[in-house]
Amino acid sequence: MRGAVAEAGLLRLCRTIICEGSARRIARIQGPGDCRSQVACVRFLNRKKPERRLSRKVQDFAAECLGKSCLALALSLAFLPCLKVQAGQTQVPDRNVTINVYNWGEYIANGTDGSMDVNEEFTRRTGIRVNYTTFDSNEALYSKLVGGGADYDVIIPSDYMVSRLIHENMLAELDFSNIPNYQYIDESFRDSEYDPENRYSVPYTWGVVGLFYNTDYIKEEITSWSALWDDRYAGKILMFDNPRDAFAIAQFMLGQSVNTTREEDWQEAAALLKQQKPMVQAYVMDKIFDKMESEEAWIAPYYAGDAAILVDNNDNIRFVVPKEGTNYFVDAMCIPATSIHKAEAEAYINFLCDPEIAGANMNYIGYSTPETAAKAYMDQEMVESPIHYPDAEILANTQVFVNLPEDTSKLIDSLWAEAKMGGPGESAVLAAIILGFLAVYIAIIVGKRRKRRRELQ
Amino acid sequence: MKKAGGRIYTFLIFLFLYAPILVLIVFSFNDTDTGSRSVWGGFSLRWYRKLFEDRLILEALRNTLLIAVAAAVVSTVLGTVAAIGINGMKRLPKRIMMNITNFPMVNPEIVTGVSLMLLFVSAVRVFGGRSLGMGSLFAAHITFCLPYVILSVLPKLRQMDPNLYEAAQDLGCPPVKAFFKVVLPEIMPGIVTGMIMAFTLSIDDFVISYFTSGTTQTLPIYIYSMTRKRISPEINALSTVMFGAVMVLLVIVNVRNGKDRGKTSPKEV
Repeated sequence: MRGAVAEAGLLRLCRTIICEGSARRIARIQGPGDCRSQVACVRFLNRKKPERRLSRKVQDFAAECLGKSCLALALSLAFLPCLKVQAGQTQVPDRNVTINVYNWGEYIANGTDGSMDVNEEFTRRTGIRVNYTTFDSNEALYSKLVGGGADYDVIIPSDYMVSRLIHENMLAELDFSNIPNYQYIDESFRDSEYDPENRYSVPYTWGVVGLFYNTDYIKEEITSWSALWDDRYAGKILMFDNPRDAFAIAQFMLGQSVNTTREEDWQEAAALLKQQKPMVQAYVMDKIFDKMESEEAWIAPYYAGDAAILVDNNDNIRFVVPKEGTNYFVDAMCIPATSIHKAEAEAYINFLCDPEIAGANMNYIGYSTPETAAKAYMDQEMVESPIHYPDAEILANTQVFVNLPEDTSKLIDSLWAEAKMGGPGESAVLAAIILGFLAVYIAIIVGKRRKRRRELQ
Repeated sequence: MKKAGGRIYTFLIFLFLYAPILVLIVFSFNDTDTGSRSVWGGFSLRWYRKLFEDRLILEALRNTLLIAVAAAVVSTVLGTVAAIGINGMKRLPKRIMMNITNFPMVNPEIVTGVSLMLLFVSAVRVFGGRSLGMGSLFAAHITFCLPYVILSVLPKLRQMDPNLYEAAQDLGCPPVKAFFKVVLPEIMPGIVTGMIMAFTLSIDDFVISYFTSGTTQTLPIYIYSMTRKRISPEINALSTVMFGAVMVLLVIVNVRNGKDRGKTSPKEV
């Protein structure tokens, strides 16, 4: 029975791989490309794990593919219908698998506004159902994973969270023979700092942080982060409401590494943020859209992919990546170590890496894709936009966040609270308020007692 | 003069209460690409169209409603039974019981949420389950709705004349039938209030659901997860639809009540 289940799964995955290379793409790729995907397919079919061994028929089919290299492509296409029939017969148990996917909110094409419903498409092609849920921050994702009680099969954390999860042994090593579409990931996105050996993650999207400003009010051309410290714009400046991104800006100005572990560096950056505090209108995240658009604020840092829409819709809002350098972030797909549907999760990752799917997905979410091949399926306007795909020169001057040791994280949290609250001055106010309440409470009790005593007398 | 002052005061109170809802409704018809919540870009129904195309929102809404209805019904039944039991107790045990039931209400939600999560996670481990989900959400919602039901049913029981129940039995009614014929109609308003309260609390809840949801997603959690990018005006559209539905329901209920009263009052006279 188990063998049958495994076989059905394989047939289905095999079909996915072949189907995904839609006729159009197969026609386009020529020569070595064919062989490569063939080899990937066969390598996948001949994986060593005993419980996933193939039936005679599939092995024969694989052998045939290998034997006739390029011509075999046509043959395999001819095989496709019978494969489908076989799959239809034995696939039943696996259709019941549901994988749990945990992604950022609003971070996948969901079928609205004429986009592709990516999850539904995946179910349509493979029969695997997707329970798709969303989170709002890497920390929320982390606490959910650590807290237990949730078994996710695919998660999409950002760079530094990936490295943290790797350090804590919470990610499963990926079996890349199940993810042949990894070949489309550009070379520059492999061997990244957060996953040096490329064993745990596949990049989903990337982007940079930049400055958005309103040219109606800010006449000069902004080139530096120091504009966020300019008195002339005091009260019209917005700032990130999360420590890592906010500190990074101060650190770029100071020329530090964003991953420094020296306490003095962080102190210095915090001092700079404290100095900025009186000029900042608000520490916000998604509210920058409203505040910038209504001209309530003039200048704000944000993630390029999200805020590009601001530039598209407002002629007076401009985007710039400051000369001091910036943070470059990657959100990557991983599989938690606790996943019980690893093969299905890998099929999902592979599916999202398909250039056609990735292209449709990026069109909707507006972030940048790590696959050059996917650009053919995207709006050309987006592909050519310097906001989405900055020059190599700008990219060369960027830094990626990696996980910091616990001491440093704690230090950042306390420094951030201090910088945002305006330092210890406010804790004195808090103490005064508490004392005030206590005094009132005691006064009431004393008053009541006196009254009672008087009544008794 | 005094009357005008009173009117202005009432108007201000209502303005204060309903202005946010009004703004929300107005901006659900806003036509902008950025999904702005402050700049008016013309009238359109695009967010409504988008809402009904968005499977994720609708799924979250379905989960929320399912849990709210189930939790409201179950906690109302349990709460009513508990209230009757508590009402029949002697003074000291009654006070102890009331304190125990009040405790979850005064307890900060986050403490309830975390402790429930810890409990569920260990229970799941013991019984060999995989993950929290609908089941744990359901249990958590019943837990925090229960005290509110008890609190709204108990006063009705106290108000009721205990002799009524005994009189019914004296006249040959078996206890169960006496309960359904005499006690239940008497405390019905309290039960309905409790149920509505449980339902709204359950729909609203974010903190406790956040900790106990596992891999299931309710609407508040879904909305919260949008904050990094932007909260889509689809949510405005959804809230408008929900607000409209509740309004219609309330109007229907009130009209029917009014009719009933119109029928019964002449007889009473």
